[in-house]
Amino acid sequence: MMELAIIWSILIAQIMLGLAMAFAFYRMVRGPRAQDRILGLDTLYINAMLMLLTFGIRTANSLYFESALIVALIGFVSSIAFGKFLMRGEIIE
Amino acid sequence: MRTWFPYPLLSFGLLLIWLLLNQSVAPGTIVMGTVLATGLAWVTLKLSPVRSHPRRILLVLHFGLTVAFDVIRSNLAVTAVILRGRRRPPSSGFLTVDLDLDDENALALLACVMTATPGTAWLEYDRGRKSLLFHVLDMENEDVWLDTVKRYEAALKEIFG
Amino acid sequence: MSHLTDLPVWAAVLVCGLTVLGAAVALIGSVGLLRFTSFYERLHAPTLATSGGVLLICTASIICFAVLQSRWVFHEILIIVFVVVTTPVTLMLLGQAALYRDRVEEKRGVPLKQRPTREEPTE
Repeated sequence: MMELAIIWSILIAQIMLGLAMAFAFYRMVRGPRAQDRILGLDTLYINAMLMLLTFGIRTANSLYFESALIVALIGFVSSIAFGKFLMRGEIIE
Repeated sequence: MRTWFPYPLLSFGLLLIWLLLNQSVAPGTIVMGTVLATGLAWVTLKLSPVRSHPRRILLVLHFGLTVAFDVIRSNLAVTAVILRGRRRPPSSGFLTVDLDLDDENALALLACVMTATPGTAWLEYDRGRKSLLFHVLDMENEDVWLDTVKRYEAALKEIFG
Repeated sequence: MSHLTDLPVWAAVLVCGLTVLGAAVALIGSVGLLRFTSFYERLHAPTLATSGGVLLICTASIICFAVLQSRWVFHEILIIVFVVVTTPVTLMLLGQAALYRDRVEEKRGVPLKQRPTREEPTE
């Protein structure tokens, strides 16, 4: 009984995070303007990081933690780079 | 002491991060971490960041607790706004407020706190006028937001003196 | 899926509850990103995931590993600190970029650039 509850709750959490990633991806593809797309990408990265953490809880493998940290790092750097690119003001749609 | 450790707090923080990343407190790790921490502190010296001296640990703790409480509260508020959905779209808007903070680090901290709190987003700070433009999600209680910013400002002023 | 059943009941309940709650908060944040109609409103949505979601799921992970392997090393704190420090920077930069672009295009409903305080010469 307990096992089932644990398995299902982790699975539900992962499904929810997957949905969140899908919404963020939709905003990234659809987003009316460039800043919306970057915001979607940033949210996608954050949700992917959370997804990796839940995988870590599920498999008790601390390798997932390392990858979560790296995803967070790369997400931050890429969002900053894109944001700076917009600030230059040379790419008005 | 000062020549070896120009930024003691930064060095200590870096050492702590190194130990956490390696997940060990073996002597080798500590030596390597100390070398890295001092080296990176010297690199920071070249960047010459603005120094400021936060006073009174107790006030800092109090500020942190206030912020944590506000973050939880506004998390709930923003959740409510999103779940309310289309029935009542959020009445968002821009607000301006005049700040009286001179310390660069205090300003940076205020910016981080305000952006990290769901419901408020820091947009632009005009150094000449010392006025801040920010965006709030729920304009219904405009005074509450202005009040919150003023409260943070007073706390930061007391901390950074 | 064997190791999670080794958890004592209280820890299992805590881990599962925190994980589901954190995922729900992150999902609500993404729903907000989907639903809001203007960019400045959307700017508020990811902060839900980065404050509530990250905090809850990292706490669940800390409890899980601490109880399972009985070793009190909280390296998840690194993720919390990193996300808390970096997210405001990203969002601030994006907000400023959006403001800049909207002003260049002279969109309606965007606050104008504040004038510098310099005194105008009197004629």
